[in-house]
Amino acid sequence: MALVLAPETPVEDWLDALDAQISRSPSFFAGRPVVLDLGALPSEQPDVAGLLQRLNSRGIRIIGTEGQHPSWQGLEAWAPLHASGTRPARPIDVPDEPRPAPTHDSTSLLIDQPVRSGQSIVFEKGDVSIVGSVASGAEVIASGSIHIYGTLRGRAIAGLTGNHRARIFCRRLEAELLAIDGVYQTADDMNATLRGRPVQAWLAGDAMMLATLD
Amino acid sequence: MATVLVVTSGKGGVGKTTSTAALGAALAQQGQHVVVVDFDVGLRNLDLVMGAERRVVFDLINVVQGDAKLPQALIRDKRIDTLSLLPASQTRDKEALTAEGVARVIGELREKFDWVICDSPAGIERGAMLAMRHADAAVVVTNPEVSSVRDSDRIIGMLDAKTAKAEKGERIDKHLLLTRYDPARAARGEMLNTEDVLEILSIPLLGIIPESEDVLRASNLGTPVTIGSPNSVPAKAYFEAARRLRGETLVVTVPAERRGLMGRLFGRRAVA
Repeated sequence: MALVLAPETPVEDWLDALDAQISRSPSFFAGRPVVLDLGALPSEQPDVAGLLQRLNSRGIRIIGTEGQHPSWQGLEAWAPLHASGTRPARPIDVPDEPRPAPTHDSTSLLIDQPVRSGQSIVFEKGDVSIVGSVASGAEVIASGSIHIYGTLRGRAIAGLTGNHRARIFCRRLEAELLAIDGVYQTADDMNATLRGRPVQAWLAGDAMMLATLD
Repeated sequence: MATVLVVTSGKGGVGKTTSTAALGAALAQQGQHVVVVDFDVGLRNLDLVMGAERRVVFDLINVVQGDAKLPQALIRDKRIDTLSLLPASQTRDKEALTAEGVARVIGELREKFDWVICDSPAGIERGAMLAMRHADAAVVVTNPEVSSVRDSDRIIGMLDAKTAKAEKGERIDKHLLLTRYDPARAARGEMLNTEDVLEILSIPLLGIIPESEDVLRASNLGTPVTIGSPNSVPAKAYFEAARRLRGETLVVTVPAERRGLMGRLFGRRAVA
């Protein structure tokens, strides 16, 4: 809510009355936004800069003016002066629709606890990183790559939405199933020497390639 | 400040009921006021293991449905007077448990006891969910077998998602109790070893209970092993587990069966 001050002529008398008011309640204007109604002033050019300075020196924070004559000069200087306040000094465009809540439209998902048996992590906007293990009977599904900083014992399904370049990384491979872009391998298909090793999986054509990382 | 503890596992036959009775008795023997609550409606066992099967008049369902008052249904143990049992019904099924009724009963028990220990039914259905619903802490009973470990992992995920505490954004304390541990089979590599189980489940270890004749005998006699044979290896492991639950830090020892000379000479009877 803003207060409205309406200066009258003679301006000197009006300022005296204003000072009397301030002396009765010194914090009356503290922090309050004030709109200046200039409609009572004579229509010839007033001393705009002087009036602003004298109100400023009394700690009155002007956020806008109304009733001014279109021919007056110098009022436009007022707004920027107060733009640093907590309220906007100029009229602002109110958007018709409420702005969407700021989402961190992230292209990765971080899970910092183990993925337990029966749980399913599905992320369709990019990569998934898991700090912990993925249990037997759990699954991680991502449209991008999957990074597991633990043992992969369950299923990892990467490149869900047709991402041929997605990869799967894990610190220790004990997986039940790996899949990238629809190409899958079960535990039986995997080279037994890779079990228990840090491994990455990727696609070369329609073949799934597995190699150790160490 | 009471602690509601659920003893759960997912898989059946791993030792939930036996461990509920032994841990409950151990805590009561240490001077705590304890009630053990049987949530296995329809397949009640805890009354047998506690040796109170002939004293059951009212049960959990009667209290949940308001047909009996809580003090009428509570059975005080004859051996340890700080230990009580709230039995399940054998004639009803788990559908008779209502969420509001269970919440009310647990709330009343919290005011009377230091420890409310809920013996969960096997499975992940309604009965198991209601048993864990109001828990502050959980004992996950696991055998060193792959099927048991995977089911325990599933239950741990549910403890982190489906309990009242989890829904408020808090975490519930989870403890692993490794039961039916056979040192001889472990030495031969026929069971998962302790490190593997801990690595898979990644929750702190509460204790390792060896597979033992003492435990089986105790269950059949209706005497929790911590009362019936307090100096046996499994009883000592349960006593230590109870002290850890109360916040003590004790090193977990992997039990090795100590056999006397005669035991070593006549360890196994030949198959006739």
